[in-house]
Amino acid sequence: MEQLLGFAVPGIPYGCAYAVFAVGLVLTYQTTGVFNFGYGAQAYASAFVFAWLVDDHAWPTWAAFVCAVAILGPVLGLLFDRLLFRRIPSANSTAKIVTGLSLLVGIPALLPVVFGNGNLVGVPSVVFNPGTVYFHLGADVPVNGTYLSAVLFTVAMLVVVVLLLRATHLGLEMRAAAESSRLLELEGVDAPRVTATAWAVSGLMAGIAGVLLAPTEVTVQAQDYVTLMVAAIAAAACAALRSMPVAALFGVLIGVVSLTAQGYLPTSSFWYSAVLPAFPFIVLVGALLFVPGLRRLGQATDPLSSVDPPLPPPAARARGREIDRIVRTGFWALLFAFVVSMLTWMPPAWETVLNQGMAYSVIFLSVTFLTGTAGQLSLAQATLAGIAAFTAGQLAIHLGLDFLAGAVLGALAASLVAGLLAVASLRLRGLGLALMTLAAALLFDVAVFPAQAVSGGTGGFALESHWLPLGLLSANGHAYFVLAFLVLAVCVGGVRLVQRGTIGRFLTAMRGSELGAAGVGVDLAWQRVLAFVLSGALAGLGGTLLAIQQTVIAPGEFNYQLSLAFVVIVVTTGVGTVEGAIQAGIGLVVLEQLLQYAPGRLQGLAFVVFALGALTYAAHPEGIVELEKRRWTERAERVLSRRHRAPAPAVTGRS
Amino acid sequence: MSHDDRTALELDDVCAAYGPYRALFAVSFSVEKGSAIALLGPNGAGKSTVARVVSGLLPASSGHVRVGGSDVTGKAPWAIARMGLSHVPEGRGVFDSLSVEENLVLSFRRRAGRRNLAASLERAYARFPLLAERRHDRAGTLSGGQQRLVSLAKVLVVPPGVLVADELSLGLAPSVVDDVYAALADVRRRGTTLVVVEQQVDRALGLASSAVVLEHGSVAYFGPASGARAVMAQVLERRSRSDGANSL
Repeated sequence: MEQLLGFAVPGIPYGCAYAVFAVGLVLTYQTTGVFNFGYGAQAYASAFVFAWLVDDHAWPTWAAFVCAVAILGPVLGLLFDRLLFRRIPSANSTAKIVTGLSLLVGIPALLPVVFGNGNLVGVPSVVFNPGTVYFHLGADVPVNGTYLSAVLFTVAMLVVVVLLLRATHLGLEMRAAAESSRLLELEGVDAPRVTATAWAVSGLMAGIAGVLLAPTEVTVQAQDYVTLMVAAIAAAACAALRSMPVAALFGVLIGVVSLTAQGYLPTSSFWYSAVLPAFPFIVLVGALLFVPGLRRLGQATDPLSSVDPPLPPPAARARGREIDRIVRTGFWALLFAFVVSMLTWMPPAWETVLNQGMAYSVIFLSVTFLTGTAGQLSLAQATLAGIAAFTAGQLAIHLGLDFLAGAVLGALAASLVAGLLAVASLRLRGLGLALMTLAAALLFDVAVFPAQAVSGGTGGFALESHWLPLGLLSANGHAYFVLAFLVLAVCVGGVRLVQRGTIGRFLTAMRGSELGAAGVGVDLAWQRVLAFVLSGALAGLGGTLLAIQQTVIAPGEFNYQLSLAFVVIVVTTGVGTVEGAIQAGIGLVVLEQLLQYAPGRLQGLAFVVFALGALTYAAHPEGIVELEKRRWTERAERVLSRRHRAPAPAVTGRS
Repeated sequence: MSHDDRTALELDDVCAAYGPYRALFAVSFSVEKGSAIALLGPNGAGKSTVARVVSGLLPASSGHVRVGGSDVTGKAPWAIARMGLSHVPEGRGVFDSLSVEENLVLSFRRRAGRRNLAASLERAYARFPLLAERRHDRAGTLSGGQQRLVSLAKVLVVPPGVLVADELSLGLAPSVVDDVYAALADVRRRGTTLVVVEQQVDRALGLASSAVVLEHGSVAYFGPASGARAVMAQVLERRSRSDGANSL
């Protein structure tokens, strides 16, 4: 008993942290209708600024608290609302997810750019002194300030938030606004202001949670807040994003059970090294599979969503014949120039960069196919790429198989995993599916990729030149360029063929309306599995291609954060088209290379740029590059029609 | 354009669009205070769009909307609602996730005031005993007809200045439709101006004194209710002929 307590009590601060975040997530979801992936980033921002003010600028604790929490927290929430979430059409749940993700990716990358690099150590506690032991539980289980403030704060926050939501008229209005802001406006309530208030409250809660829980960790690191977020998401999912006390309970349980198990399990066992770190993700998967309330999660609730205008058609389909011919000629000329340049005068440094860009393009193609064509959101594309790369590597090590043959088998393995993932999440839609793929990505990150048998540890392993023919392994050789170019061309061609064929039409129908597609006889389950399988194969091919270019296969190359970034990056440039993937791949590496010339603190800016770009997804779900393309096409069309004195095409009425 | 005090609602050359898709073309009509107007037309003629423009849900791209003489063009829906205009949208008009009572509280608290809240609830439950029975159930568990009762209870207890009722009878059993129209007549007797959007021409014309017939987003007829039936028949005739041409 004494031993159990000794193991369990240290889990309480962690459990409370999870609980506080879970309650915050449920609160935000209940009052704004948004599952805010950016919540962890908000908390991190407050904690970061708090620590920065206290550590680096010697502000008194209370002043830093006011500045970083009472002001910054609500302001961030209000900004999120005003600049982002308010602009998203109420029925577009994908846009809400992607916007949240870009905040989660962008804010932690942005903070060092603004405030300078360096980990902030030793955040002071606001309530109790963390080190002081206040009393003992049982005979000799010490209870120090960290535990006391965690428990006290968790309970206080839970009570306040539940009272606000259930017992006040503002809470009632917030819940109504979350369901349908327009319906609430028809009652004469200033719904935008109610929603803004909800975001301010949510931001304040995130800020308080971030600062009060910071002393639990030794340093303030974005990584910790993201891990925290995932455990909190698991707890919130167990409560079906509905009941805050249940969410808090599961949060505490996850923390306590993890630490208790950590105490009892032998450190050398498989359970300790692989299963234990994955425990929150296993809980999340379990909740997604078995909590029925989650299946309809993130679905549109607004009966008046038809007031929002429908999406515009893609630029390539809207342009006239003459302009189409010019664009096509220009494209082939550009492509020819690119190939010739790469093989002749391109400096080696830039050839390497562009080679990497082509490998990324193949992975991104898997995102455009899955999200753009099939309308499914996967946050595990980097994981699928990694599965293929590790498979090919292990086959080369153990069977002496040629890496290129291994790449094909690896792509098969990736598509198999993707297919299994699709089968497991057949009943989930939108947000549920996103969470399921995220959980899968984290499982692989924590439990599979670092394993000795898979990657030889966190450092990974290097490719050996005899695995590959024709000197492909030389990083800036032309041979690699030819290989990458061919693979990319085949993948692009394949995707276009699939898009134009029967499967593509089925998938497009499914993206447009699942109900409508089912009505004309499309087997939704099979199409979804098929979309995941094909996308997995693409990601796998891209992953092995990237591995050859990097010459090293390491778990860090394929972690879940990259998956999130991948989605954000592709969405920025244009998720609906094949060109979008290539623009994203080349754009990412070129931007990163350009930032090499910039001061050190700007290194993380590439993700910030893309995150900012993805934020425009709210207003322009076709992607900014795609949007600009359409604008320029329209402009060019106007110039051309003026030259020919032809009448402009008439705007057709709404049928 | 008459700006006299007797006009409750006036649309003046109103155009509206959903993004690039234009839905209304220079729609003009007006309603006298305390009277009832029927808004008729085939599917997709723009009836619901007119209702949405009036309540501010969809901003007019040009033209003016006046409620009780003051220009409300470009105002937020909540500001227009506070001027005494109530819009019961087509289909679901209640908050699914809230209880029946919470739905009513949300409406009464703003329009009847905090002090009259309890009395208003009591009157609503007295008028519709079924709602009293199910007051703590989630409104989403109510049937379509029962949800319509919640919407009706809101306007019956605190009658608005102008009521825009969009297809209140859609999908209801004939006997329930009778109840709905009895309630509408009741509201009108108490001074509310009615704008009734309807597919069932006879029902609407029985209640209304004037009518607007819409066709392809334009006004095909605006005048006394008695003349609307003939125009409506022509509009439907034209539509069925063009449908026939399309299918060939």
